Amino acid sequence: MVTLGDYLLVSGMLFTIGFAGVMVRRNIVIILMSLELMLNAANLSLVAFSRFRVQPGGLPNYSAQVFVFFIITVAAAEVAVGLAIIVALYRARQTTHVDDINSLKF
Amino acid sequence: MLVFGAAVVINRNPVASALSLVVSFLGLAALFMSLDAYFVGIIQVLVYAGAVMVLFLFIIMLLDLRVEKLRKINWVATTGGAVVALALLIQIFYVVGNFKPASQPFPPLTRSTIDDVHNIGSLLFSSYNLPFQVIGVLVLVATVGVVVLSKRELR
Repeated sequence: MVTLGDYLLVSGMLFTIGFAGVMVRRNIVIILMSLELMLNAANLSLVAFSRFRVQPGGLPNYSAQVFVFFIITVAAAEVAVGLAIIVALYRARQTTHVDDINSLKF
Repeated sequence: MLVFGAAVVINRNPVASALSLVVSFLGLAALFMSLDAYFVGIIQVLVYAGAVMVLFLFIIMLLDLRVEKLRKINWVATTGGAVVALALLIQIFYVVGNFKPASQPFPPLTRSTIDDVHNIGSLLFSSYNLPFQVIGVLVLVATVGVVVLSKRELR
C-alpha cells in the first residue's frame, strides 16, 4: 500500500539531489537545472497532500493543485529570465563557470 | 525518476544532463498521474518536457558548451556540499518518519469521474483570481525582461 510518507520521501530525495547539484556543480546551466529539480520536488509534495486531503465531496483538495499551477508558471518565467541572463553573461565573459565570475565589477 | 535526477547532477556533459532532466520530469508527471492529478501531470509534460527543455537545449547548443574540461575538482567544496545535502536528507527522513499522517494510506476518492480541469479552472477564476492576474503581469514582465536582456549592447 502506497502511503503519503512514500511520496514525501521521494519528494525529499529529489529536493536533496537538486540541493546537492546547486552546492556541488560549478556550471551555471546545471545549477539552473538543479533549481528546477527542487521546485518540482516541492510540487510533488503539494500534489501528494492535495490527494491526501480528500474533501467531503469525494474530490482532492484542488487549492494545492492551483498552487502547483502557479509554481510551474513562475518556474517557466524564471528559466526564461535565467537563461537570458546566462546568455548575456556568456557574451560578456565567455564562460559559464561560476568560479570564473567571482568579481562584482569588471 | 530519482536515478535520472541524480544523472542530471553527475553527468559532465550538459546535453546529457538536460536529457536526463527530461526523463526525470516525465517520471514526475507519471507520479502526478498516479496521484489522480491529471491536469498537473499534463501541464508538467507540456511545460517542462516541452518548453523548458527546448529552451535549455537551445541555450546549450547556442553557447556551444562542450564536455567540461577536467578541471581540478574542488574537493573541499564538493565534500562540503555533499555533507550538507546528506544532513538535509537525514533530517527529511527523520521528520517524515515522525509525521503521523505519513504512515496512513490515501483515502479513496468517492467520485467516479474526476474533472479536475473544470475544478481547477473554476477555483482559479473565483478564489484565486487576484493571484492569477498577478501571475499574468509577472509573465509579461518576464517577457519584456528577456527581450531587453538579450538585446545586444544597450547603449
